[in-house]
Amino acid sequence: MIDFLTNLPPVVLGLLKGLAVICVIFPIAGACSMAERKVSAWLQGRYGPNRVIVPWFAWMPFVGRGLQRLGVFNLLADGGKLLFKQDPLPGHVNKFYFMIAPAVAIIPAFTTVVVVPFGAYFDQAGQVVPLMLANVDVGLLAVFAIASLGIYSMILAGWASNSKYSFLGSVRASAQLVSYELSLTLSVLPVFLWVNAPGTVGSLSLARVVEFQSQPGFWGGTWFIFLMPVSAFVFLVALFAETNRLPFDMIESEADLVGGFHTEYGSFKWSLFFVAEYAHMTVGSGVFVLLFFGGWNPLPWLPIGTLFGWLGLVQSAGHVSYAIAIAQGVLSIAIFLAKVLFMIFFFMWVRWTVPRFRYDQVMRIGWRRLLPLALVNVVVYALLIAVIQK
Amino acid sequence: MTQLQPMAEFPFYFFAFLTVLAAAGVVVNRNAVNAALCLLLSFMGMAALFVLLEAYFLAVLQVLVYAGAVAVLFLFVIMLFDVKGGDPRKPYQKVAAVSGLLALALLITGVLSLAKHSQLTAAAPVTTTVVGSDLKDYGYLLFTKYLLPVEMTGFLLLIAMLGVAMLGRKQGKETGASIQEAGGGRPETGGRRLETGDRRDSLSESRVP
Repeated sequence: MIDFLTNLPPVVLGLLKGLAVICVIFPIAGACSMAERKVSAWLQGRYGPNRVIVPWFAWMPFVGRGLQRLGVFNLLADGGKLLFKQDPLPGHVNKFYFMIAPAVAIIPAFTTVVVVPFGAYFDQAGQVVPLMLANVDVGLLAVFAIASLGIYSMILAGWASNSKYSFLGSVRASAQLVSYELSLTLSVLPVFLWVNAPGTVGSLSLARVVEFQSQPGFWGGTWFIFLMPVSAFVFLVALFAETNRLPFDMIESEADLVGGFHTEYGSFKWSLFFVAEYAHMTVGSGVFVLLFFGGWNPLPWLPIGTLFGWLGLVQSAGHVSYAIAIAQGVLSIAIFLAKVLFMIFFFMWVRWTVPRFRYDQVMRIGWRRLLPLALVNVVVYALLIAVIQK
Repeated sequence: MTQLQPMAEFPFYFFAFLTVLAAAGVVVNRNAVNAALCLLLSFMGMAALFVLLEAYFLAVLQVLVYAGAVAVLFLFVIMLFDVKGGDPRKPYQKVAAVSGLLALALLITGVLSLAKHSQLTAAAPVTTTVVGSDLKDYGYLLFTKYLLPVEMTGFLLLIAMLGVAMLGRKQGKETGASIQEAGGGRPETGGRRLETGDRRDSLSESRVP
């Protein structure tokens, strides 16, 4: 089985890997919309969706009821509803751009996954092999570049809808995204200054940042959130703005703009926007976890290699065991996913805790607070790193 | 990599044609939004060509800076200030003629020099061998050997921006005022201006059966 897989032509293998990753990301993005409803209900002291149940599960004694209360099946009901609903196409829209906007939203959202590592295993020589679709050198820059293309969907959707609410939403969104991109990019600079010490080969690979955080010793094992809290804070705030999450919900602003850029959308096209938003959130959380939360390392100062050692998951010399490699991969992916899911929960937590900013406040925070903070942060860390690594 | 692999030839022609056709679309299109999106397509094709040349860093920068920010700003300005395509006035005919002649001369010179000097006498030396070392070299060269060209290019962009600001001012004080208002963070300005130009046209068109 393994030999058959490794002997496939690279194009087919790449396609299979890509499909596998999409098969995980798409349901996560979908399930997030359900989780959002449930989490918001808990935070507000409501029950949330707790009615839908599939007949076979209703006959199970305790499990079925529990799942029903958790609202698990609402995801299926919601998806079915959105798929089979009438798909309205208003008469006053620019049809071509109106139709392609949801596709433009979802393509960059899923393309960013390609360069994000999500797990690792050790090969025979004890080297870490990251699990990712493409281990390219430009890693994080590629994520930023592709993710920044998602804005076209909002601009096109708002403009093609030919309605003031949509248009205002997309104008605000494009101003917001362009403003916060600067802080987002600047905030990760200290991390890569620190990782790319003099004498090493320069790289922007995310897998390398994780490797750096799993070195032995006190400083080696410190996650970057402890070393660079300001960077992490700026990155997180900019990430909220870039993913259009509350409190930076300019694009939707349902209090004053009906539904913002997707006012005229309905049915499955509407839901594609949401899957794209949650996919952006998932990938953004993943990048945050990799940069600042140690990636797939279970705890600070506890690299995953040590954990594998405790569990006996070590490749013995002279014999390659696929079972051990797979177990290592699955365990690291599980740890990474758990952190990502916590980050997504954090996104929702903030959404239902902090009220939305006004448009002028968003601009002021972005340009007058966050950007200077990011600049000062870069300069201070550049000086510090120059002194330490000299 | 001195010559293209047979496998790499089809993507090269595909993206080369895409880039050139989209660039032509920018010039030909009368609708400003279509033109801006053609520009975006052209940028993307260019990035794909960089990828085929294994210049991944350049490709990513091309997408990040041009497709992700510059084209967004173009679209933003076009939509916010409702730039109409196909302006009937031709205010700068002499300037247009002179610049057109200059552009033609530049194009001819470019094609001639390409025809004369495009053949490399020897294979290009491989400057970067280690994967990843190119990033550092790139930054180093940019700040030492090529510092002057970089600054010059930046200056050129500044001049272009000033030129646009000046040309924009000529149309009357009303436009300048609305630019300032919109910059001050009052999106309502954009909403009021929606009723003019293209968007009204498309509205009235849609009412005609």
